Amino acid sequence: MSIWEYANPLKFMGWTAPLVPVLSVLAAVALSVGLIWGYFFTPDDYRMGASVKIIYIHVPSAMMAINAWAMMLVASLIWIVRRHHVSALAAKAAAPIGMVMTVIALITGAIWGQPMWGTWWAWDPRLTSFLILFLFYIGYMAMWAAIENPDTAADLTSVLCLVGSVFAILSRYAVNFWNQGLHQGASLSMDAEENVADVFWVPLLVAIAGFVLLFVALVLVRTRTEIRARRLHAIVARERMG
Amino acid sequence: MPDLGKYVVEVLSAYALTLLLLAGLVVISWARSRRMKRALEAAEARRANG
Repeated sequence: MSIWEYANPLKFMGWTAPLVPVLSVLAAVALSVGLIWGYFFTPDDYRMGASVKIIYIHVPSAMMAINAWAMMLVASLIWIVRRHHVSALAAKAAAPIGMVMTVIALITGAIWGQPMWGTWWAWDPRLTSFLILFLFYIGYMAMWAAIENPDTAADLTSVLCLVGSVFAILSRYAVNFWNQGLHQGASLSMDAEENVADVFWVPLLVAIAGFVLLFVALVLVRTRTEIRARRLHAIVARERMG
Repeated sequence: MPDLGKYVVEVLSAYALTLLLLAGLVVISWARSRRMKRALEAAEARRANG
């Protein structure tokens, strides 16, 4: 069987039904363990004090804000190339989740920034690209809501997603592109030398796993809802005609 | 409870806002899913009954 057959709406509903509760439980466990571990059982940082505990929500939400857009980009490309409706609906389903992740990253960053940098906000490359990413999320969702024809909406939002990907990439690499601004370098890196200390790193990884699992579970739930909404719309339209 | 020192307001408000937003997202997603499932079941039942 081709991998694309899993994108058939009926098949998608079938294989995702047992997956949603499993992923939801795993997400709840990983999030609880990561956040409780980070909040209650990690020491203060020698420079940042107890404010370092914000890292367990700020870093995972910022990562998911960017990765949600990356997932939407892949789904949009699949829609553009192969016209699989489920991929367009999955991108639509992921947008509000990515938007909320972006809001969490922006708010927690501002809350942390005030005592550390002495300001809630600075027009720093990473902060600014994140704000623009947030505006792209809003625009993307507004476009889905404004266009009545679902295929036209999928086409136009896919193009918007391609354009917005520039800012998603900038959000990720802004601290590397421009060696300026207030935002420090990445907290997680493939280079162990650059990583935060293990005592912060391990609970942070668990919290990140929780955010990833929550994202996947919510995308599946919301995509299933969109498929049902599309089917309901078709039935109601048929009833009105006949 | 850990001693958050002078960052107690910052840390607690960051966690509270995050948990509130995540809970809101989960509740809204779950409620819409339930609503849509019921509406589709009703529409399919209407369709089956002619």
